[in-house]
Amino acid sequence: MTGEPILRANDLARHYTVSNGMFAKPSLVRALDGVSFELAERRTLAVVGESGCGKSTLARLLTMIEPQTRGRLSIAGTNIERAPKHVTPVMRQTVQIIFQDPFGSLNPRKKVGTIIGEPLVVNTKLTKAERREKVLDIMAKVGLRPEHFDRYPHMFSGGQRQRIAIARALVLRPKIIIADEPVSALDVSIQAQVLNLLMDLQEELGLAYVFISHDLSVVRHIADDVMVMYLGRAVEHGPAAEIFTSPQHPYTRALLASTPHINPEARSERIVLSGELPSPLSPPTGCAFHTRCPQAGDICALEQPAFAKFGGTNVACHFAGKFD
Amino acid sequence: MTVTDQEQAEQTAQATTEIEQPSPLRQFWSSFRENHGAVVGLFTIIIMIGIAFSADLIAPHDPNQQYRDFLLIPPMWQDGGNSQFIFGTDPIGRDMLSRLIHGSRFSLMIGAISVTLALFFGVTLGLAAGFFRGWVDNLIMRTVDIVMAFPALLLALAVVAILGPSLMNATIAIAIVALPQYIRITRAAVMGEAARDYVTASKTAGANTLRLMFITILPNAMAPIIVQATLGFSSAILDAAALGFLGLGAQPPTPEWGTMLATAREFIRRAWWVMTFPGMAILITVLAFNLMGDGLRDALDPRLKE
Repeated sequence: MTGEPILRANDLARHYTVSNGMFAKPSLVRALDGVSFELAERRTLAVVGESGCGKSTLARLLTMIEPQTRGRLSIAGTNIERAPKHVTPVMRQTVQIIFQDPFGSLNPRKKVGTIIGEPLVVNTKLTKAERREKVLDIMAKVGLRPEHFDRYPHMFSGGQRQRIAIARALVLRPKIIIADEPVSALDVSIQAQVLNLLMDLQEELGLAYVFISHDLSVVRHIADDVMVMYLGRAVEHGPAAEIFTSPQHPYTRALLASTPHINPEARSERIVLSGELPSPLSPPTGCAFHTRCPQAGDICALEQPAFAKFGGTNVACHFAGKFD
Repeated sequence: MTVTDQEQAEQTAQATTEIEQPSPLRQFWSSFRENHGAVVGLFTIIIMIGIAFSADLIAPHDPNQQYRDFLLIPPMWQDGGNSQFIFGTDPIGRDMLSRLIHGSRFSLMIGAISVTLALFFGVTLGLAAGFFRGWVDNLIMRTVDIVMAFPALLLALAVVAILGPSLMNATIAIAIVALPQYIRITRAAVMGEAARDYVTASKTAGANTLRLMFITILPNAMAPIIVQATLGFSSAILDAAALGFLGLGAQPPTPEWGTMLATAREFIRRAWWVMTFPGMAILITVLAFNLMGDGLRDALDPRLKE
């Protein structure tokens, strides 16, 4: 079906220590606690979950801004040991990121051409004219016109700004793009344009996407594979078609049921999750989801469920496949 | 993507770029112009700078020339005044107006040098503290706390006492006293900017620490620093006058305004002009810088907008 995985994460974890004042013991936040996946060229993996489930932490690890606490990360066949110190320009050129908020991700004091060209200045030895040529080339690809080169970001709308951000991410010709909620700050009408642009670019440049989102309708549009996360761990991971048609994990089911549908017949019965996301400072014992799970049994509070294949997807649930 | 989608996208792209927004400089000027006091301050400062540069040309007399026959002559519009000495003469017969005109050089120079010194070291230290955090931040900020625990003038006095009284040493002392404010303001602005996504984007692009600090973050943190520098200018002039008055700044016969006040102190009852005019000069200069600084703050600080 696809080639060699270009991005491989194995039991990736990131823990933060949080100071509780001068005399108290610092506590440990397991923002990301053991996530494994593979991503092949030209494929899109969507990472889905509610706020605080570790999506953005995952993005920071994958872009090598922060080192992992545990686990292995391999990008284009190279093991990333201790980011960010030992990251070479070659590795950096392989992975780039697109941020959620196009108003915060562009330096307000720099011209568009300078913003897009910055990765070239830092990583290559191109002359000014060569850089300009490359920047104009990539600007054309994302639908920006040459006269935008000398304008400042504040002169653009949200959708245009996100195009600039995409151009900046692509100018080094990376193989992998980490998109951290790239459309959730945009108007719905602009969202479709940007998503279509991302899909066109994937086709044209052979990109692999890690697409982080909480919007399932967007994910359905763009993803090949979906990984659902809860409190720093993956709870279900599989092909998008399988996840959307026959979700196995109760959390995935609740997420899908919460998506609004215009067509009343397409609406599934709403599963209401009680309570809030538990604090990652003191995650529940056993299955992290058991405090809110409508199907939880006794074993859920005691044992952490292992990943196992059920239906078409991998699920971490003791009762996977046992309910209709 | 379908053809219609693409067309639509391009149309929207074109439509949005037609809306031209004014350049940042023009936006700044239009909001600065609203504040009349600030504009008055700006023009006063421009005139001051003009006077300082052309002091040799416009001053009617040599500031240190003593006219022994004209001691303590009142201003020309008073009884006993002399049209040769418009603002009168001081106790040893020097022309007040010429001394005031030449004094503007010293005041502006003290302001410029001490603000430049404080700006350079303050911004560097503040940038380091706000960017690196951790022990660097702690070391710098706790030292700043210690410096701030001293009353400003007392600290300046102590520094001058160590270095010896002179105009240059007073300038250095003033810079040291002003340093903590620059450090704190820079640190706060840098901390706010460092958390923004565009900094992370530069980091992912592989920008090194110096590039991140000086090229990515600093230009965005400049607004409050510029305001502080303008306001710092006026307090530097004031502090220099105070040190001069206490005999620790410029030494006689330098026509520095604070020193002029100090040497004229004993004649205040007999000759009001020897103290009033230098005092007025200090007042007008400081007021002009404060007015302009306030206007700059209103125009540059986004938190005060809307």
